[in-house]
Amino acid sequence: MSEVTVKEVKKYFNQVKALDGVDMKIQDGEFVVLLGPSGCGKTTLLRCISGLETVTSGEIRFDQKNVTHLPPKDRNLAMVFQSYAVWPHMKVKENIKYPMRIKKFSKEEIDKRAKETAELLNITELMDRYPAQLSGGQRQRVAVARAIVLEPAALLMDEPLSNLDALLRVTMRSELKKLQQRIQTTTVYVTHDQVEAMTMGDRIAVMRDGKILQFGKAEEIYQRPKNVFIAGFIGSPQMNFLEMTVKREEGRAELVSKGLSILCEEDKVKGLEKANLDKVILGIRPENILLSPENGCVPIKGSVYFTERLGGETIVHVSTESKRFVVKVSGDALFNENETLRIYLNVKKTRLFDPETEEAIG
Amino acid sequence: MMKKTLIFILCLLIVLWFCGPVLLILIAALTPSAEYYDLARLVPTKLTLTHLESLFVRLNGWKATLISIQTALLSIVISFAIGLPAAYVLTRYVFKGKNLFRLTILLTRSFPVIIIGVPLVTLYLRIGIADSVLGVSLAHSSMILPFIIIISSSILGGISVEYEEAGMVFGLTRFRSFLRITLPLALPGFAAAAIYAFVLSWNEVFISAIINLTNRTLPAHILNTAMTSPDYFKFAAGTVMALPAMIFIFFTRKYLMSMWGISLK
Amino acid sequence: MIHHKGKIALMLLLPTFAYLIVFIFYPLVDTCLLAFSNPAGPLENFRRIITSGEFWKTLRNTLVITGIVVPLQLILGLALALFVNLRFKGYLFILYIIAIPLALSDVSAALMSYSIFASTGFLNKLLMAWGWIERPLYFFGFRFQDRAFWVIVITEVWRATPLVFIILLAGLQAVNKEYLEAANVFGFSPWQKLWKIVLPILRPSILSALLIRTIFAFQVFGVIWILAGRDIPVLAGEAYYWQTVVYNSNISSAYGLIIAVVTILISWAYITFLKPKSFEEEAV
Repeated sequence: MSEVTVKEVKKYFNQVKALDGVDMKIQDGEFVVLLGPSGCGKTTLLRCISGLETVTSGEIRFDQKNVTHLPPKDRNLAMVFQSYAVWPHMKVKENIKYPMRIKKFSKEEIDKRAKETAELLNITELMDRYPAQLSGGQRQRVAVARAIVLEPAALLMDEPLSNLDALLRVTMRSELKKLQQRIQTTTVYVTHDQVEAMTMGDRIAVMRDGKILQFGKAEEIYQRPKNVFIAGFIGSPQMNFLEMTVKREEGRAELVSKGLSILCEEDKVKGLEKANLDKVILGIRPENILLSPENGCVPIKGSVYFTERLGGETIVHVSTESKRFVVKVSGDALFNENETLRIYLNVKKTRLFDPETEEAIG
Repeated sequence: MMKKTLIFILCLLIVLWFCGPVLLILIAALTPSAEYYDLARLVPTKLTLTHLESLFVRLNGWKATLISIQTALLSIVISFAIGLPAAYVLTRYVFKGKNLFRLTILLTRSFPVIIIGVPLVTLYLRIGIADSVLGVSLAHSSMILPFIIIISSSILGGISVEYEEAGMVFGLTRFRSFLRITLPLALPGFAAAAIYAFVLSWNEVFISAIINLTNRTLPAHILNTAMTSPDYFKFAAGTVMALPAMIFIFFTRKYLMSMWGISLK
Repeated sequence: MIHHKGKIALMLLLPTFAYLIVFIFYPLVDTCLLAFSNPAGPLENFRRIITSGEFWKTLRNTLVITGIVVPLQLILGLALALFVNLRFKGYLFILYIIAIPLALSDVSAALMSYSIFASTGFLNKLLMAWGWIERPLYFFGFRFQDRAFWVIVITEVWRATPLVFIILLAGLQAVNKEYLEAANVFGFSPWQKLWKIVLPILRPSILSALLIRTIFAFQVFGVIWILAGRDIPVLAGEAYYWQTVVYNSNISSAYGLIIAVVTILISWAYITFLKPKSFEEEAV
């Protein structure tokens, strides 16, 4: 187990930039998720940490040890691959024992660890089978067993759940998380699934275009996204965005658009003053728009455009003069198309972004 | 019902058309010479191995067969030794000019081998491997190597890179990971490729006939002597050449489509 | 360290490059040198070939054999591929049967057809047994060139149709079944399905089959040399003859070069006229 430090890492494939100066420090025993759309560089970053890709520049350290130029085999790592990569020509037990044998563990140690790990992952009965005889979920367990049995400095996982069916994915999500809490191995986990990221990661690094945009706890990224991209990428349905004009006068600030006017609170006023903008993008999550008035809410008139009834919750698309808002209400609610109604924006839970840079303002 | 009968008749015709000649030459090779030259005797009354025996013993067929086998095996070794690393690079590395390299190899595949025969005779004289098994093997590699590179890269490409990478992460060097993880998985495919390569070399006649004058492979030997031998020797020779190739192809029938399909593109 | 991987890749490719240089590039250059070297001037070898009278016959034979054999192979190969692709019970067995000639050399294929068409071969014996003829028919020898020619055509078709068949069948198997199902839904006749859907999709496979077969038809040698010797001269046969019988490497090389040039021209023509794009996708 160790601390993993990534310092100014850049990676080019020929002329194509895959990583554009990545810095991150992963605490000992932490579960960090790299999250982002495909092509954002998350897998490349993981592979640079593993040593399967060499970095173009920058440095990678495990604790104090500089591993930047070490081949993967000398980094004391374990990895769970997207396809599991459970070697098809070896039985399950050979798959689990072989890496230990390469690392010259004693015979007793190998047997003992293999047995314990198999029990931990519930694969004891599968030990004499070949991978071809296993289901996807079982193969996944074997891959995890093979990885954790080594008690590596860091455990790397590359979209390990993406090949499982939806139901199994949910189960494995919690199992993997619990397992990691138990063995306390520093873990770097790549995924493009925000739910996986939110539920599993101690901290999440959101990536785009080879850069880490925000690195923090799940609730922090959800509540205080640093820019429009993150705000839109995390959360489903997507956050509502609305461009508004800023009217400022003597310590007050008002945001205006057609049919809607919001008086800003103090902290936002400061931010707006600092940014000195005429226009801002207002972001508000669907669950922060209500159908009945509450304290600190701003009303806007609209009509129902479309309803998605999901049983446990209902998504209502409401057309207003300035924008079509997506509203999430809990429970099953029935609306008629074109029914007029008032929706209430919870101003406290809005976020403002600079329309030019798309960065958050206060 | 009509359709079934039609299909059956077509199948019968196909079997006759493609198996007939093979069967006929086999019978001809085993027919006693007196009966062969008797125009009234369509079906032989008895079969004999004397023609095969004299082909091998009197007409030096044994030596030619041995040379053919040596040549084919050596060609396979040479082609794999040179081609396997290239195939590995094609599937595992990204580099500039990769497509150009692949195209060159593909074009080499349809390159007329006839052209290289004559210059190689003088080259071999100069470097002292004229009239040798090695010389013909090296020349045969010019048609086997491109095939080995293309088919091997397709076989390796079919084996997930992640197996090999898992090996590297779990403590192996790239080379050992290839040996221990990828190679065992690729072996059945490579074996089929080797058999196909064997057949290519075993059947090749032009280069062998031009390069070697005394140490000739079986087809080259037959090409040279068959013309002046009695008919039944020709049939014996044709049979001897056909059978091993057919047996080998039978064992690799699972790979028929991938081998021939790929080798021809 | 950064370019480490590139260096390894280059090292692994080096043997192949070395081989290609020594065994493809050098012979090619040397063939040119040999073909153009003659005390009487660089083009003397070609002048000798072209004015020999044999040459035009040789070229014509090669072209005619190619022109007859290749289309026949294509039609038969396509028919067989469509037939086997019906996937009737036991189609795999038929597939393997059709593949038999793939394993055979041109020399043994020629000898097989000799066992049938020889003067005391099976055909003559059969026809006599049925009483259709009284004296054996002769197919070989200088006087019977025309008959030998057709025996050669039949042998070449028999021998190489499976090659076309396999390429086309591989192509057919790649045709998405849903295209055909869609055609059924829209009420295409079988004939329309063949012309409007199957053949256009098969075009790259047809092109590779045509290309490869034409190239090899120009190098046809074994079958002809066994069945007709120099009675029916072809380009490759002449190259062989001048090298091994006359020991004139210069003339032989000139013939080799002619084959190479014609091969390149044909490949180029095919690729240019038959939609280069789909072929490149196929090839690369």
